[in-house]
Amino acid sequence: MADLTLVYFAWVREAIGRDEERVERPAADATVATLIAALAARGGGYAEAFARPDRLRAALDQHFVPMDSPIGDAKELAIFPPVTGG
Amino acid sequence: MNRVSIQAEDFDPAVELAALEASGGGGVASFTGIVRGEGGLVALELEHYPAMTMAQVERIVAEASDRWPLLGVRVIHRFGRLEPGERIVFVGTASRHRTAALEACAFLIDWLKSRAPFWKKEHFADRTEWVEARVEDDAKAESWKR
Repeated sequence: MADLTLVYFAWVREAIGRDEERVERPAADATVATLIAALAARGGGYAEAFARPDRLRAALDQHFVPMDSPIGDAKELAIFPPVTGG
Repeated sequence: MNRVSIQAEDFDPAVELAALEASGGGGVASFTGIVRGEGGLVALELEHYPAMTMAQVERIVAEASDRWPLLGVRVIHRFGRLEPGERIVFVGTASRHRTAALEACAFLIDWLKSRAPFWKKEHFADRTEWVEARVEDDAKAESWKR
């Protein structure tokens, strides 16, 4: 199956130092939370951005999802802080 | 008629209100959000998720239209660098009666605050700071849940 595109916003993007990247599609049972934990293990900006999972929110294919959602065959996973629009 | 714009440019609330007034209802309600210049704020920078923003705001507008008998909804949300006094957001609703227009307008701005993919960064003379989501804003959005 095709790779997974990750997109980052706000201080998540700044800590990691990029706004988008492609990663190998994780195992079938992977959830947003398990992928974030795996990314945090890369260290550096990733460890910094993902140090506090409770401060993160996610969207799969442009729909907000809870952190325990399976990634399944989604094409794009966005990771960001709680939104502050309006 | 419902219309959503996500744009960097400013807008004219008078033009938007006139369009809503022409929708044939008995009432129009609106909210305009302005950048506050508190604490030495130099500018606000609004980042958003271009691939998602429009669809998500349209989902919020559809939710409002399901709940209230609306004749028209107008939402404009700006992004980019905005200085104190500049307009950030406009929500306008038209309905036959005031209650639907007023409630739907309040609902829309509450949900835009906590459910549209925008992030604000404050620029001061000597530093920048990402705005933290407020628990009160989440609570307000949740209060509309049914």
